[in-house]
Amino acid sequence: MSALLQVRGLSKAYPGVIANKDVDLTVQQGEIHALLGENGAGKSTLVKAIYGLVKPDAGTMELLGKPYAPPEPRAARRAGVAMVFQHFSLFDALSVAENVGLGMEKAPKLRTLAAEIAQVSRAYGLPLDPGRRVGDLSAGERQRVEIVRCLLQEPKLLVMDEPTSVLTPQEVEILFATLRKLAREGTSVLYISHKLEEIRALCRRATILRRGRVVGTCDPRSVSAAQLAELMVGASLKRPDREGRKRGPVVLALTGLSAPAPGRFGTALSDIRLTVEAGEIVGIGGVAGNGQDELLAALSGEMPTGPRMIALEGEDIGALGPVARRRLGLLAAPEERLGHAAAPDMSLTENAALTGWMREPMLRRGFLDWRAARGFAAKVIESFDVRTPGPGTAARALSGGNLQKFVIGREVLQRPRVLVVNQPTWGVDAAAAAAIRQALIDLAREGAGVVVITQDLDEILALADRFAALNAGRLTPPVPTEGLTMERIGLMLGGAHDMDVARPDEAHQIMEGYDAPA
Amino acid sequence: MDLSSINWLLLLASLMVASTPILLAGLGELVVERAGVLNLGVEGMMITGAVCGFAIGFETGSAVWGFAAAAGAGAALSLVFGVLTQVLMSNQVATGLALTLFGLGLSSLIGQGYIGERGVNVPDVPLGPLADLPVIGPILFRHDAVVYLSLLLCLAIWLFLYRSRAGLVLRSVGESAQAAHALGTKVVRIRLTAIAFGGACAGLGGAYISLVRVPQWTDGMTAGAGWIALALVVFASWRPWRLLLGAYLFGGLTVLQLNLQAAGVALPVEYLSMAPYILTILVLVIISSGRGRAALGAPAALGRSFHAAA
Repeated sequence: MSALLQVRGLSKAYPGVIANKDVDLTVQQGEIHALLGENGAGKSTLVKAIYGLVKPDAGTMELLGKPYAPPEPRAARRAGVAMVFQHFSLFDALSVAENVGLGMEKAPKLRTLAAEIAQVSRAYGLPLDPGRRVGDLSAGERQRVEIVRCLLQEPKLLVMDEPTSVLTPQEVEILFATLRKLAREGTSVLYISHKLEEIRALCRRATILRRGRVVGTCDPRSVSAAQLAELMVGASLKRPDREGRKRGPVVLALTGLSAPAPGRFGTALSDIRLTVEAGEIVGIGGVAGNGQDELLAALSGEMPTGPRMIALEGEDIGALGPVARRRLGLLAAPEERLGHAAAPDMSLTENAALTGWMREPMLRRGFLDWRAARGFAAKVIESFDVRTPGPGTAARALSGGNLQKFVIGREVLQRPRVLVVNQPTWGVDAAAAAAIRQALIDLAREGAGVVVITQDLDEILALADRFAALNAGRLTPPVPTEGLTMERIGLMLGGAHDMDVARPDEAHQIMEGYDAPA
Repeated sequence: MDLSSINWLLLLASLMVASTPILLAGLGELVVERAGVLNLGVEGMMITGAVCGFAIGFETGSAVWGFAAAAGAGAALSLVFGVLTQVLMSNQVATGLALTLFGLGLSSLIGQGYIGERGVNVPDVPLGPLADLPVIGPILFRHDAVVYLSLLLCLAIWLFLYRSRAGLVLRSVGESAQAAHALGTKVVRIRLTAIAFGGACAGLGGAYISLVRVPQWTDGMTAGAGWIALALVVFASWRPWRLLLGAYLFGGLTVLQLNLQAAGVALPVEYLSMAPYILTILVLVIISSGRGRAALGAPAALGRSFHAAA
C-alpha cells in the first residue's frame, strides 16, 4: 500500500481562532481513514483545505507523490478528490439528474446522465430515481444523490463529512457496505465523525484532532471507545445520573394533534397522540425532516392548532399563542440557536428578557426592569457554566455549545411545567452535551415533564424513559426505552420513505452481495 | 360610448409596440432574479437607457447607436448596483430603490438639452410577403426590428435557462448560493454578469420608449414601466414564455385604456390606468409571503446576500 494523500504541517487561522495547527495526515490507497474530533476541533477546516474550499496559511499536501494545492473545488475534483458534505450541497428545486450534473466537470447530456445514475446507483445498492425533484427526497436519499454524484467521477479519494447524522441505523449499514466495497475497489475514503462506535466498526486507522492539533493516530479497533473519547475530549466524561425521579400526574397530553404542512418542503403533522407525566422524559426520534420542527412549533404555539388538541395539566391550550402558553408553564427551545432560539445580534441580557419576561419578575408597571433581566441572564450564565465575558455579550459571539447551554438554561431556570427541546445537543461538544443532558434530567427530577426531540439515538437511550418515532409527521406509540435495542429503534424510524431499504432482510441481501468476493 | 370607433386592427398592432419596453426589461430582470438577485432599480435603468438612447440617437442620427448606448448605459448603472450588493454586501432592496431614484435624477440632468427635440426615425422592417397577409400582416409582421429582437430574446433566454449547462448553473446559483459555491461555482461573477445583462435589457426597453413609442424626451417618461416589468416577472412565475404572455396582456391594457378614452367610455379612465399597478401590488403581496413565494416557484435564494464564508 502506498500513500494516496499526504498532508504535512497544515495550519489555518481565522481571526481569533486557530482552526488547524501543524496538522499531519496520511491516507493510504484503498483504506477507510477516520478523522475524529469534537465539534470545533478543526476537522471541517482540514477537509475543506483538501477539497480546495479553504486556502491554508502554511503546510504542504501531496497527492500520489505529486504536490497538490487545489485553488478551488474544481481543481480538487480534477485531481480525483470528491466530497460528500455534512450539510447537503443540493438544490431543492432541481431534479436528481440536474443536481448530479452540476457537480461534475464534464457532464454528459441529461438523458445519458440519467442512465448512468441509474446504473451506478444499482451497482452500489443506492436506489435513486434520476427524474425526481430533490426537494421531495428523504435525507437518506439526498445523501445518495451526493454519493452517486461523487462516484460518477471515479474519485481516488472520497471525503465524507459526518455522513450518518441524518440516517436511520439501517441506512447507515447500507452506507457502510457501500464504503467497504469502494475501499476494496481501491478508492480511499476519509471519513469524518465524532461517533466512536461507527469509527470502530468501519475504520482501521484514525487520526484524532483536538483544538486544531493532531493528538494521536491509532487503530480504533484496538483501543476502547472510552480511550478514544478521552483522546478526543482531553478529559474523561461522566455518564448522566438518572436516578431518584418520581413520576406524577399527566402534565401534557396531545390528542389527535394535526396540522397542515407550513410550506412546500414542510411536513404535515397527522393525528399525534402522546401523554407526558410529571417527572418523565419522553424522547422523540426521527430522521431530519419528518416533522420535528413542525411538532416543536405546534407545541410552543408558533403554529396554530385545534383548540382541543393540546392539554397542559388538563387545560386545553391548543388555541393559545406562545406567550399565553409560556405563562402557563409550557416552554420550548427550538433547534436553530441563532435566529430562532436566540436573536444573534442582541445581548444575552436582551435574549434572556425575550423569553423570560413572562415568568420571571422583570416587568415594573409594564416597563422592562433591565437590572432584573441582567440578573436573570447572569444567573443562567453562572448556573450553566456558560463561558462568556458577561451578560452584555452578543449571542452571536458565543460558541455553539455555550449558546446552547444558555438557551436551555434560560428555559430550565424559569421552572417550566413542561419543557420541549429540539436537538438539545446538536453541534455541541461532549462536555457541554453532558451538562445539558444532566440539566434536563434534573429538571424532570424536580417534577417537570420533558419532551426531547432529537436525531441522536444515543441521546434517547441516555435520557428518555419512553421513546416514540416521528415518521412523515406521524408518531408511533411510545415504548419504554429500557431494553430497547438500536435495531428496534431503527425499525421504528424506517419504513416511512418508500425508496428506503429499511427492511433488515433486504439490507442483508445487499450486504451479502457486497461481501461475496469480487 | 361608441366602441365601434375603435380600430381593433390598429389596437392589436399597437399592442406589440406598447408591450415591448416592459417585455425587454422583464426578460432582463427574469434572468437577474433567476440568479437569486432582486434588483428593484429597473425603473431607474430604463429611464437612464431612455435618455441615453435618445441623446446618442439624436447626436449620431442613428437608431442603432442609440439602442447600443442605451444598453451600455443600463448595464453600467446596473453594475453600480452589482458592486454595491455583491461585493460590498449592501441590502438589495434598499440599493435597488436607491438606483431607481438615482436613475430618475440622472436622466433628468442628462436630458435637459433634449426636451422638445424630435428623435431619430426607427424604420419598420416588414417581413416580406408575410406583411401583406390580411389581418395578421399589419398585426404581426409590420414592426421595427426591436420588436422581433425582443421575441428572439425570449426564445434565447428560454433555451439558455432550460437547455444549456450555463443556464442550469445560473439557476442553481439562484436556488442556493452556498451549495453552488461548495461545488466551485463562481457565484459573485455569475450574479454580476446576470445583473449587467438585466441592466442592458432594461436600458433597451427604456430606449424603445424614447426612440419608438413616443419618440421624444420628457422627464420621467417611463412612468412606472419598470415597476410593471418587475411585477411581470413574478406574474410570469419566472418563466420566459409566461412573461411574454403577461407583457402583451399588460401592454394590451395600456392600449385599450387609451382607445377607450378616445371613444369616450363612461368608466373613468383612471380605473384602467390603475389596473396594471393594482395587479402589480397584488403580485408583490403574493411574493412577499413565504408560502406564496414557494408556490409560485420563486428562486429559493432570491434577494439573499451571499458571502463566501470560509
